[in-house]
Amino acid sequence: MKVPLSWLRQYVDVNLPAAELAHRLTMAGVEVGEVQETGGWDEVYVGSVTAVRPHPNADRLRLCTVTTGSASDGGVEELEVVCGAPNVAAGQKICFARVGAHLYNAHSGRYETLAAARIRGVESQGMICSELELGLGDDHSGIIVLPDDAPLGEPLSDYLGDTILDLELTPNRLDCLSMLGVAHEVAALTGGAVTEPEAGYEEAGPPAAQRVSIAIADPDLCRRYTATVIDGVSIGPSPQWLQDRLIRAGLRPISNVVDVTNFVMLEYNQPLHAFDFHAVKDATVIVRRARPGEKLTTLDGVERVLNPENLVIADSNDPIGLGGVIGGANSEIGPQTGTVLLESANFAAANNRETAQAMGLRTEATLRFEKGLRPELAPMALRRATALIQQVAGGTAAPGIIDVYPEPPDSPPTVTLTMRRLRQSLGMDVGITQAQAALDSLGFHCAQSSRDDGDSGGGDAGGALEVAIPWWRNDVNIEDDLVEEVVRVIGYDAVPTVMLSTPIPFHSPSPAIALREAVKDLLAAGGMQEVINYPLASMELLERAVPVGGETPPMRIANPMSATHEYLRPTLQAGLLATLAANQSHGPGPFRLFEAGRVFLPRSGDLPEEVETVAALLAGRRSETSWHNPMGGGAAGGGGAMDFFDAKGMVEWLLERVGIGGAVWEPGEHSVYQPGRCAVVRHSGGELGFVGEVHPSVRERFGLDSGPVAGFELRLAALLEALPESERHFVSLPRFPAATRDLALIVPADIPAGRVTGLILRHRLVQRAELFDIYSGENLAPGTKSLAFHVHFQAADRTLTNEEVSRSLDGLLRTLEREAGAALRS
Amino acid sequence: MVQPTQQNIEDLAGAALAELSALDSLESLEQWRIAYLGRRGSLTVVLRGLAGLDIEERRRIGALANQAKQSLESGLEARTREINEAALLRAAQEDRLDVTLPGRYPAEGRLHPTTQIVREICAAFAGMGFSVVEGPEVEWDHYNFEMLNIPKGHPARDMWNTLWVDYTNEAGEQPMLLRTHTSPMQARVMESRRPPVRVIVPGKCYRYEATDATHEWHFYQVEGLAVDEGITFANLKGTLYEFARRLFGEERRVRFRCDYFPFVEPGVDMSIDCFACQGASGQAQDGGCRICRDSGWIEIMGAGMVHPRVLSGVGYDPDKYTGFAFGLGPERIAMLKYGIDDIRHFYANDLRFLRQF
Ligand SMILES: [Zn+2]
Repeated sequence: MKVPLSWLRQYVDVNLPAAELAHRLTMAGVEVGEVQETGGWDEVYVGSVTAVRPHPNADRLRLCTVTTGSASDGGVEELEVVCGAPNVAAGQKICFARVGAHLYNAHSGRYETLAAARIRGVESQGMICSELELGLGDDHSGIIVLPDDAPLGEPLSDYLGDTILDLELTPNRLDCLSMLGVAHEVAALTGGAVTEPEAGYEEAGPPAAQRVSIAIADPDLCRRYTATVIDGVSIGPSPQWLQDRLIRAGLRPISNVVDVTNFVMLEYNQPLHAFDFHAVKDATVIVRRARPGEKLTTLDGVERVLNPENLVIADSNDPIGLGGVIGGANSEIGPQTGTVLLESANFAAANNRETAQAMGLRTEATLRFEKGLRPELAPMALRRATALIQQVAGGTAAPGIIDVYPEPPDSPPTVTLTMRRLRQSLGMDVGITQAQAALDSLGFHCAQSSRDDGDSGGGDAGGALEVAIPWWRNDVNIEDDLVEEVVRVIGYDAVPTVMLSTPIPFHSPSPAIALREAVKDLLAAGGMQEVINYPLASMELLERAVPVGGETPPMRIANPMSATHEYLRPTLQAGLLATLAANQSHGPGPFRLFEAGRVFLPRSGDLPEEVETVAALLAGRRSETSWHNPMGGGAAGGGGAMDFFDAKGMVEWLLERVGIGGAVWEPGEHSVYQPGRCAVVRHSGGELGFVGEVHPSVRERFGLDSGPVAGFELRLAALLEALPESERHFVSLPRFPAATRDLALIVPADIPAGRVTGLILRHRLVQRAELFDIYSGENLAPGTKSLAFHVHFQAADRTLTNEEVSRSLDGLLRTLEREAGAALRS
Repeated sequence: MVQPTQQNIEDLAGAALAELSALDSLESLEQWRIAYLGRRGSLTVVLRGLAGLDIEERRRIGALANQAKQSLESGLEARTREINEAALLRAAQEDRLDVTLPGRYPAEGRLHPTTQIVREICAAFAGMGFSVVEGPEVEWDHYNFEMLNIPKGHPARDMWNTLWVDYTNEAGEQPMLLRTHTSPMQARVMESRRPPVRVIVPGKCYRYEATDATHEWHFYQVEGLAVDEGITFANLKGTLYEFARRLFGEERRVRFRCDYFPFVEPGVDMSIDCFACQGASGQAQDGGCRICRDSGWIEIMGAGMVHPRVLSGVGYDPDKYTGFAFGLGPERIAMLKYGIDDIRHFYANDLRFLRQF
């Protein structure tokens, strides 16, 4: 909303600097986004063209004699100016720039100081300005012609300069979409008073009510419909003052009658519509729902097919307007119009908004109706507009107005404000006198109520106010709305600053959040970088990682911003792989990336299951190459590219650190990982997740062509379930020494090492075992491999004798032979 | 056989010590030791000659000879030490490191800056008794809007450009959306328990919005809610003032101005005085302050007293219970604290950005 101060001053004194006024409005909740200044033109005056002659040497140029009134010697100063504008004529009031003025030069594209110049052999002593040269607009096709009553010789800045407040309004402050609403706000903030405009006019002829018949068929969508009839208008351009008002407020002037409707809308907030009376068949207006398939060509030239959800203004047959949204072309005001039917009505907010949204129309009328205008406004604005039309377009108004108001309320709306509620909400006592003063300043009418607020000792801190809500406010409906009105006037600094002193409630902590954050901390401590990807992705990206079509395709956004962000991810893998690919273009890594986020699994007729997932990728050499290790070796596991076991080690370490023991690793299948290089990790039968090396064709689809990429994916809920019930439990340190034996076994090649290790660990007296060598090939029978372990025997209560260790080892070998076909390597 | 006399003992010792001081290697010292103190060494031979002297003379010369032997031995020890130390010093000087070469780093991993700032924000409120809860990112219109006093068709819905899920229910409505704020948890938390309530809700939010340096369509929000008997706007001010000081420094000042959110009444937003120019708002600054754009104040969150319709919607008696709610954007807080100039860095996941935090 653009508020020119020149216009605002019609209704309220503005005696503050614009910046201070803007600050006060902003603090009170009416945010001023920008303060625009026009003017500041030095050496530019209101001038008058006294004569125009042809230029002797150029057909398109003319010589103009210009005066700005009396000269310093008392005579009339006349200056000769060369002008190329086609619209210049003798007798015009114009904007005259003297030599020395600072103007925009359309040829150079810069502001330049005007110098006297010879143009085609004739000296020009100044310039008659266009909008462009003064920075008032883009128009350079002709000069600005000022109204005839423009004061000759006055500096143009005093005459045309203005300050415009550009308001950035929150949706509740409908009132400040109007000059009068802003004026009331300004009055409250500056201690001023508001002067409301004149709305009287002369009436003649048969009463309006006999000229036209008006009925509201659907009062749920139209609470009130008022109208007047004005005969004998002459349609033409508006006077300059009216055009100026509209232009500065950001609207385009159209014609006098239409401009008045827009002007009054900006003044009072009430949208109005003018119909060509003779286009209204049978002088009948019916406000009704559209019939199915009914058509209306609107003022923007679009033919619209309507349905019963749309409210139309119809004559005896056809729609002539879309109620409160836009008019119909069939009843448009034009040069031929002699009689105007002027409408000022109140339409239901939600329906108006729906219709406008369905039609893709955000008109100035809808911006107001959709927020719920007060019905009291309709006749006020109607009378004001009728008066102005008579003033600028002539004509005679029919006596009286038509006012169809099926269910007028018994009394104007009032809201009770108790001092108890002020105290309960703000935490301070506001005296009833102060509260009333605050509300009075905003134009509310307060009456002290006899009603006692119950828990105060009476006096100034008690009691209640019955507050009548003024017509320009639609946003004050409950007691707390009045609390806000009071506190925004007295200022938030007046409220004390007090720490909470009510008891701290117990909310049982969420173990899922705690576990997720612990996992993030551990992965970062383990050298992994956290990333956060968008949960919306394209189908194409998702499918590069995993097949996602299938029976339950991912959830789709109905109004995606682009195909790039169309589907809710059912996997973290795609985003993570794309992030890896993007970062590989910046350097060789190593990359250790993880994301802890949600994936979305559709459920029929319900919100999706949001599964907290942790996924990671490891790629590149185990450590960064440097002068210590030119090949990137040196870290645990030596140099070379990270692989399955780096990912697995990270998961093993993670499980151990969060306290999950007894996880079981088995060959697994996961579409993102390469078959045979993928493990599933389980706990008590449940799947904790997967570890693997990314499938070469997945890598290829992401352009990850520089070596293997290992990764893992874990479900946090499964980890949570696997967490032991109790906290960690201390195990006593061993008091007796362990005896260690090395065991080199030959086993069939297809026996997993994990199975052999498991058999060893389950054996009596074995305390731990480490696999330290795997070998196959030369010197071994085909189809076999050799596994070598350090096996540690230990008892809690004694030092084991050699015989005990040997007996246990013999038993172990027999078990291994029986269960895994293992033999001692000779 | 040399007759040991005072003269030749002194001569011998003098010559030996003079020779010793000129030696500079452990090998030559060993040769010297053999030459004088060895089994056949000059001094040993002299000492052996003591046996031929009379008892008086033997005692006198014997004492002299022992003295000479001790001085040779201690001379040898001192010289050995000198030579060893010189050798160590030489070795140390030759075995120098180029200490300007880079050290060996452990594998490096960090948390995303959003995780870090969300934790910092949550910790500040946790210290004031707020518990962390989370909620679904895909929500019903019911919780995201209606329970927050934003019914269907309400013009305030324009404040949240919404991404709707492609799902139509039996009534032909499209009731599922990506939450536009974490505020829906206000209703979900209050529905699940009786007052008192004191929670903060961090999480992802989504808006249908073109991105630029200060707008993302995917971002985080931390929502807070405190409801009980006797909670007032003064408590809102106290809590948020304390938060501002915890995050931005003890000397921070705060300012509240009127603002509008349909689920609070009264509604405000809170600014802190600019920590970059100390609220000097460009007066003392050359070229002005880029952080506060010379206003001296930085808006950091919206807040207000919970709207009575929100309370009655969850079955709380709004005459008995009051509360306040607030919401803030962690990315904006991080941008202010760390001088990040473009919000789009956060979720582009360029490691060159992420590794700075
Ligand atoms: Zn600043």
